[in-house]
Amino acid sequence: MKLISRNEKGALIVSVEGRVDTSTAPELETYLKKTVDPAPKSLIVNLQGVKYISSAGLRVVLLIAKKLKASGGELVLAGLDGAVKEVFEISGFYSIFKIFDTEEAALAEG
Amino acid sequence: MQFLARIRRPATHAHLAAMMETVVRCAEDQGADAKAQGHIELALEEALVNIVSYACPDGTGEMEVRCSLDKKKGFVIEILDSGPPFDPLSQGDPDTAADLEDRDIGGLGIFFMKQFMDRVEYFRKNDENILKLTKTLS
Repeated sequence: MKLISRNEKGALIVSVEGRVDTSTAPELETYLKKTVDPAPKSLIVNLQGVKYISSAGLRVVLLIAKKLKASGGELVLAGLDGAVKEVFEISGFYSIFKIFDTEEAALAEG
Repeated sequence: MQFLARIRRPATHAHLAAMMETVVRCAEDQGADAKAQGHIELALEEALVNIVSYACPDGTGEMEVRCSLDKKKGFVIEILDSGPPFDPLSQGDPDTAADLEDRDIGGLGIFFMKQFMDRVEYFRKNDENILKLTKTLS
């Protein structure tokens, strides 16, 4: 898994590349926990480079979002496609999170 | 019974990838398209993770996966483990309409199996749990 962070217009953007499964989810969790401490106002998680995600990955997204919200921040998702999009839809995560097609749209409207 | 593929390994995280690869390749050989392969991979990961995390957490148990086709061209994956009796179908579904504060972390694995497979059945036989997942191949 590859993780890249950058700041833009006051938002923190983390791009994830690779599989987010039970073996890689702990790495994502550790990384994002460090990233949200101190909490940014907005964290955009870009999943464009992710083609497979299991419940272990969704657990991390939910955990970080709860943590961030408790500190007054917000987690926003971008770049979901194909199988990853389907998993988020079935999980009901579209009613929990703001989800944008692209990182640019998330930055503009998030 | 003759199986298309059969693999038995110690119930530890280290063996997950090999078991998933075996099953996904077998499904591909039977004509499963990329989408169906993805669904099978996901359902199987969730089932195996539950075995190594909860059914056999001390690492001394065993897990087995067998693939076959049923009469209606359904791709059948039987997942066996030597852990104590546990029927995953007895677990309630997560509340997918809950908002962020009320949403529980977890419970999605079994839900995914039910959502992404066409049929999920549970049996207890010869001191083993058997979870039978069927995916209809179009």
